[in-house]
Amino acid sequence: MDKVLSVTGLGKCYGKGCPLCITATGPEHDTNLCPYCGTVVAAHDVSFDLHEGEILGIIGESGSGKSTAVKCLYFDDAPDSGEAVFHDGEQSHALFDLNAAQQRRLRNHRFSMVYQNPNLGLNFGISAGGNIAERLLMSDMLDYARIRKRVKELLSRTEVLPSRMDELPKNFSGGMQQRVQIAKALSTNPPLLFLDEVTTGLDLSVQAAILDLILEIQQELSTSMIVVTHDLGVIRSLTNRTLVMKYGRIIEAGLTDQVLEDPQHAYTQRLVASAL
Amino acid sequence: MNTHAILEVKNFSKLFFLHEQGKAIPSSHGVNIMVYPGKLTALTGPTGAGKSSVLNGIYRTYLPSSGEILYRRGNGEVIDLAMADEHSIIDLRRREIGFVTQFLRALPRQSTLDVVVQPLYRLGVDRQQARQQARDLLSALNLPERLWEISPATFSGGEKQRVNLARGLIAKPRLLLLDEPTASLDSNTAESVIDLLQQLKQQGIAMLAIFHHPELVTRLADEVVAIDSAAATENSIKENVL
Amino acid sequence: MSYPFGFMDEYAKKEVRRGILKAIAIPGYQVPYSSREMPMGRGFGTGGLQLTLAAIGPNDTLKVIDQGSDDSVNAVNLRSFIEMTCPGIDTTASTEEADIIQSRHRIPEKPLSEDQLLVLQVPYPDALVVVEASEEKRKQMHSEADYSRLLVKLYEDIVKFGEITLSHRYPTRINGHYVIDPSPIPRWDVPRLHRAANLTLLGAGREKKIYAVPPYTAAEPLEFDDIPFRVEDFRDEHGHRRRCQRCSTDDSFLDEFINEEGDTVYQCSDSDYCNTRLLSASAIKERCLG
Repeated sequence: MDKVLSVTGLGKCYGKGCPLCITATGPEHDTNLCPYCGTVVAAHDVSFDLHEGEILGIIGESGSGKSTAVKCLYFDDAPDSGEAVFHDGEQSHALFDLNAAQQRRLRNHRFSMVYQNPNLGLNFGISAGGNIAERLLMSDMLDYARIRKRVKELLSRTEVLPSRMDELPKNFSGGMQQRVQIAKALSTNPPLLFLDEVTTGLDLSVQAAILDLILEIQQELSTSMIVVTHDLGVIRSLTNRTLVMKYGRIIEAGLTDQVLEDPQHAYTQRLVASAL
Repeated sequence: MNTHAILEVKNFSKLFFLHEQGKAIPSSHGVNIMVYPGKLTALTGPTGAGKSSVLNGIYRTYLPSSGEILYRRGNGEVIDLAMADEHSIIDLRRREIGFVTQFLRALPRQSTLDVVVQPLYRLGVDRQQARQQARDLLSALNLPERLWEISPATFSGGEKQRVNLARGLIAKPRLLLLDEPTASLDSNTAESVIDLLQQLKQQGIAMLAIFHHPELVTRLADEVVAIDSAAATENSIKENVL
Repeated sequence: MSYPFGFMDEYAKKEVRRGILKAIAIPGYQVPYSSREMPMGRGFGTGGLQLTLAAIGPNDTLKVIDQGSDDSVNAVNLRSFIEMTCPGIDTTASTEEADIIQSRHRIPEKPLSEDQLLVLQVPYPDALVVVEASEEKRKQMHSEADYSRLLVKLYEDIVKFGEITLSHRYPTRINGHYVIDPSPIPRWDVPRLHRAANLTLLGAGREKKIYAVPPYTAAEPLEFDDIPFRVEDFRDEHGHRRRCQRCSTDDSFLDEFINEEGDTVYQCSDSDYCNTRLLSASAIKERCLG
């Protein structure tokens, strides 16, 4: 299997920073807030690889740095340090060395993100179909009939009635909105998909159906995915490998079944014990 | 590594360190095993001797605490499963090493056929063909056809066990780990499983198994490895760790 | 108190001219400039006026139109202001005779030549303003030629109404990159920007922007491959092209209004074009009769 993404030493702080920030924060200090200067060490020395067709889970509570890591990779935020190389067929892109235009290009064409909050991933002022059309138009698909056809296919695939494609997403249930987001994310067949707490806040039965959908799609398209969640169930259902994050650091990484059955770190053991 | 063996476990130990209690719980200690193609090695020993831990360690659901787990890949290369990186393990699980446990781990909403066919999908086998293979295998294991399209979540122990076996066997792994594969089966079904295991042996598949019934060891095993209770050595291990 | 030729001082004119040169060099790009106060309210064509004043010389002939008419109040006022502040220039109502044509909402029907300059008055220069409120983001989108959201707007229009309903200010891509708001000209006029022989300058006084469509430059309305851009359809219920009730032409943009009898009638929006047609028609008639 080929590498799709390799991340090395990714770091991100919010605040002015001081020489003690890193040594004074982390799981062993039980905080990500530097006691000397008040800087939040959101992520420090985050390193991992993602292979083609693999689903990697990042689990942690809020403030663990899991979302920060993904935001940096999706260019929603800029890291302070570290490297990330995206391998796209013949080409390799050092993500943080690209200029803003190149970054937006990758983001629009090769990456996709499904957000917890559909408001972030969808424009509620335009129809569900229009939202998906936008991404297709970005990729220079300029044939109206073809766009309509592709939108219908995508919505059927994500189990949204194509007859509702011209309705505004605000008329949809939360689960349906997530399906539209997923349809939009998949419209350009991106090799890399980020999923940020996509099932949080949904009814249990809806959560299950969304997870099933993601798995099916992953099998059909071999999309590489990074799934960020605080939910062990999501990790268990979707992922092959898992990173456990706390206070901005990866405290444990391994095969998902191993992390769940034989957790090594005290925090992971507590997490797993409390979920069972 | 022994040139005939497909798997050689050397001085394997597993202990669990529970941070909350500040305790180390030994599970297996100083285990040595050889497994050969077309042969079945049975792992015997009293309850609590850590037999399942050995299988879990080989499959890397548990992280081995010490020892070597040398595995000869299909391409002849020898890899230490105790140290191998996660992607190698994922690849081996997909292509070469199967594990049938006592418990069925499947998504609650998948149909039986979907559960069984997964390993073939992952290998990229044609969908139609994969489903046909799954049907054939489920028939061979006497699972009634009316159950194929529903989720195994509501099945009896014996039915689940057969689904589990079918999923573990369908991709014809080179090495098959079996943890009490016939534990909850009636005698008829157990016999069909035994037949199947015999066939797999003839096809050259190597097996490492834990059996509930000593009789099965006699009938199926080519090699027997008896392991002692690890609890006996608990104190010495504890001192090393703490 | 006296004013310099062209009302603006030389520095102000130079700045506008620099803006014009940059706008020509980067077709369709909105060049910011320090739009001066003019002795009339912003929104009355001060952007176009500054372009005209910066470009005009004593021997030039000027035509000013509003909605195709030389006689509307706005056109008359602008023309008399320019005449007053630019001694030596000539004014005309004839499209053909003019060196500079300042216009609001129309491009003259008669194709312009390489020697002519068309100045369009622009209320809202940025075509992206309807989809993106932040100017910073709009600049980014322009620089990357990312007009997908404008196309979504058109997509939604077709979904809702079965066709693109924009009647004017139709987003138009210049030289294959920047999309401009071509000012409130009707769709009819958009294809006439495409590879036109003349230079077209567009000025927005309130928004402080200058942009240009240089001679022989591609100007293509945004469209879908399978739903081409269409201009206004002047056919009646029987499918016949309507004619101007005054000059009888059937190839111009028509204004619709209600006459004294309460009937709907159609007439050329471009009054010079209409007059020219009438004159040549009567000349032909005279020749035939005489």
